[in-house]
Amino acid sequence: MVQFTSVHVFYLLDAATWTILLSLLAFAGGAVLGITLALARVSRLRVLQLLAAAYIQLVQGTPLLILLFLSYFGLSILGYRLHPVVAAGMSLTLYAGAFLGEIWRGCIQAVPRTQWETSDCLGLNRFQQYVYVILPQATRIAIPPTVGFMVQIVKSTSLASIIGFVELSRAGQIVNNSTFEPFFVFTCVAAIYFAMCYPLSLSSRYLERRLNVAR
Amino acid sequence: MSRAKLRKDIVPVAPDAAAETVVRVSNVIKDFGTVRVLDSVSFDVMRGQMVAIIGRSGSGKSTLLRCMNGLETIQSGEIDVCGHRVSLPGKLDKGQLRQAVGIVFQSYNLFPHLTVERNITLALTLVQKRPKAEARRIAADVLNLVGLSEKIDAYPEQLSGGQQQRVAIARSLALSPQVMLFDEVTSALDPELTAEVLKVMEDLQQRGMTMVLVTHEMGFARRVADITIFMHKGKVWEIGPTAAVFANPATTEFAQFIASVL
Repeated sequence: MVQFTSVHVFYLLDAATWTILLSLLAFAGGAVLGITLALARVSRLRVLQLLAAAYIQLVQGTPLLILLFLSYFGLSILGYRLHPVVAAGMSLTLYAGAFLGEIWRGCIQAVPRTQWETSDCLGLNRFQQYVYVILPQATRIAIPPTVGFMVQIVKSTSLASIIGFVELSRAGQIVNNSTFEPFFVFTCVAAIYFAMCYPLSLSSRYLERRLNVAR
Repeated sequence: MSRAKLRKDIVPVAPDAAAETVVRVSNVIKDFGTVRVLDSVSFDVMRGQMVAIIGRSGSGKSTLLRCMNGLETIQSGEIDVCGHRVSLPGKLDKGQLRQAVGIVFQSYNLFPHLTVERNITLALTLVQKRPKAEARRIAADVLNLVGLSEKIDAYPEQLSGGQQQRVAIARSLALSPQVMLFDEVTSALDPELTAEVLKVMEDLQQRGMTMVLVTHEMGFARRVADITIFMHKGKVWEIGPTAAVFANPATTEFAQFIASVL
């Protein structure tokens, strides 16, 4: 039995950087996919609407764990051996995109219809309407649910431990296997997660206040 | 005073008496499902005229106005506005129509995330492609016209309803439309704020702006409008010079309406 020491703490902190990296991957990929899906959902082309809706329903109805299994084990059967970080990043992107897409669609549609009408009457084309009138207002509405979902994503990265990716949760398990001090170790892990998520939540309040001033 | 030195092109001044038709509505029919909301509506608006459309709720007044701007499509008939055939949506150059027609709504619809100035300059720079400096000068001019120069940097939520509506009028005016449509623009305002908005509209009329307004302000319509149209059940029930129409209602419906609102 090994004593739980500062070495282990540093090991956990090191693993936490992978959690952060994975989260950033998921945010970035999810944001790109999400805005694409949201715009497709509110587009005037029926085909785009349906495709986006189908994708969102499919992914929202699938556990993230299964997405991870599919991209890591499933694809390797088909001959594509992905590195765990790639598989995890891809799954989280697909997953986050589906949720962000639906959240942002709601935010775009929450901008009153009269804003479309008025900007149309002033002669703005559809692109200008989006860029100058609709999206700035939708962004303000989107901050609280988006940040809330980002916090979820940070925590969801723990599922990547299942496919052998050593992020914070997996590192916690490893440390516990050698020290066998589960209460101590996992409290430490929880504290690190909290230290990552809490500032994120705070940023929501900060951003809301900033955008409220400039509205 | 300062209003006198406004640039001429902001508000077109009526050319000499030669009456020129700016808006021609003929035999317009509009259905919402099985309900006929506009039934063979016809009338003309001459340059520089103020036409007031009055009538009970649900008589089709606002719908008529929205049809004139292409916001609603019609089933049959013709609408020509400043030489643009609005009733042929496929062939209509919406951009050109938008340049010719300004519209102001009951709910102001200012862009809440932009300052008063940016609300006004947005279309000037994006649609009319004017340089920023020129757009700002125009914004200052039209704000002066509606008496809100000091609010140029304010955000809409910092303004009263009446002020917001005056900014909305200024925003529309900035694009130098040939005709302006007003859709119950004072219905959301208390009497005091209503008065300040009506004052702006009266100023515009005196500067020769062609205007069509749907209104519940009967006193205002009676005092200021050149032509009054009374709509009832989707039809133009009565139409004529305001004084004559009010003095001698030709139908019992209009007589009853006047009695109920005045």
